[in-house]
Amino acid sequence: MNRITKFVVINIIRNRIVLIYTILLALLSWSVFSLEDNSSKGMLTLLNVILLNVPLVSIMFSTIYIYNSSEFIELLLSQPIQRWRIWLSLFSGLAISLTIAFLVGAGIPILVYSPDKLGFMMVSVGILVSVVFVAISMFASILTRDKAKGIGISIMTWLFFALLFDGIILFLMFQFSDYPIEKLMVGVTAFNPIDLSRILILLHLDVSAMMGYTGAIFKDFFGTDLGLILTFLLLILWIAIPFWISLIKFNRKDL
Amino acid sequence: MIEINNLYKRFGRLQVLNDINLSFKKGECIALIGPNGCGKTTLIKIILGMVLPDKGEVLFDGHNISRGYQYREQIGYMPQIGRYPDNMSIGQIIAMMKEIRQSKLALDEELMHAFRLDELSEKKMRTLSGGTTQKVSAVLAFLFNPDVLILDEPTAGLDPLASEILKEKIIKEKEKGKIILITSHLLSELDDLVTSIIFMQDGNIEFFKTVEELVNETKEVKISKSIAQILKKQHHE
Repeated sequence: MNRITKFVVINIIRNRIVLIYTILLALLSWSVFSLEDNSSKGMLTLLNVILLNVPLVSIMFSTIYIYNSSEFIELLLSQPIQRWRIWLSLFSGLAISLTIAFLVGAGIPILVYSPDKLGFMMVSVGILVSVVFVAISMFASILTRDKAKGIGISIMTWLFFALLFDGIILFLMFQFSDYPIEKLMVGVTAFNPIDLSRILILLHLDVSAMMGYTGAIFKDFFGTDLGLILTFLLLILWIAIPFWISLIKFNRKDL
Repeated sequence: MIEINNLYKRFGRLQVLNDINLSFKKGECIALIGPNGCGKTTLIKIILGMVLPDKGEVLFDGHNISRGYQYREQIGYMPQIGRYPDNMSIGQIIAMMKEIRQSKLALDEELMHAFRLDELSEKKMRTLSGGTTQKVSAVLAFLFNPDVLILDEPTAGLDPLASEILKEKIIKEKEKGKIILITSHLLSELDDLVTSIIFMQDGNIEFFKTVEELVNETKEVKISKSIAQILKKQHHE
């Protein structure tokens, strides 16, 4: 591991917030699985809990951490280190620590109760979603120097992806219910990493049989191996694009 | 060794640097002076690559700094206001810098002992006073024996004893043939330190003269008085 990444990871692990986050995830996961009698039901409950909380913690913690690291960044900039390396180290440090937190907190119980394809998919989706929101927070915090504004942008982004987006989709579906928009809807979900993950997992659970015609169309796409690979690729794009833009901006920033 | 050609920088509407041309050679100790907001710190940050110029180039040993970062191994920088991660201790900061630099040359820990920072190494950065933070900055600037020292207001905030220690250290390094670039408002402090003086105003270089030239021109012994005289003369014209 890169030296600077190591410093970031050690610094974050020393911070109690990530520890509390890990414990919280562990409490949630273990209790959900022990309350439900079959692991498939437990998975469904956990999916909703994870897709609400993981993005929120990832984006908020990362944004605040990046703003608080401004001194650290300044200190490193006068040293013989390339700019992109500083930014990349910050990103990988955050991504690694939040991934470890997710693996320890939620990954272990998921794999204990559901050691199959679905369990592994759930864990990888959780990790990808964590990293996606770290990348988005890097993008949000490079947009403005003002910490309050940056945190505001992060909260709005989370709110949009976690709640508003679904509302807009529902509205559109009602408005255009006379037209065959099911295939379009598959495309639209690509614009929301949370929905993408949710649909991917849902369609590998038994409940997808209850979702009617749209569910069938979705199953045709997301249920196949090609759909699975495409979804993971899309999530990786959701990491790469925001981070790439933030890196370009950071390289041109005056500090 | 450092050459600055036609440098321009604008922050919003404010033209901070306006066609700056400078050249520094080994063994020179240059004072960069001028009123607040005249572009001194911006110029320094451009040399360090922290601020990117709009136009123009900075050559370090003949290489354009925008195409490299290795040149910073040869620079020790002491910022005006040192900002360090709050939750790290002095010892951790110094250890981290050593690990990042991985310098194979002998370390220069003279200042650390002179300032007695080794006794404070457990202290967290957020608990330090402004002066002690400045001491940490000074120690870090000199630690890796750099060929170029860039000191932004080095003695501001230091007590008289510490600033005397720092001045002696600067003189010692100057005699080793290093380039030293100092910005300061305390003209009286510069008397026994510097070999040349740059005076900046509103992003322009008003003059760049050696101390002998200044003294000959104005017939004053003290730098502060000769500068005051030049400024008065320019004002009248």
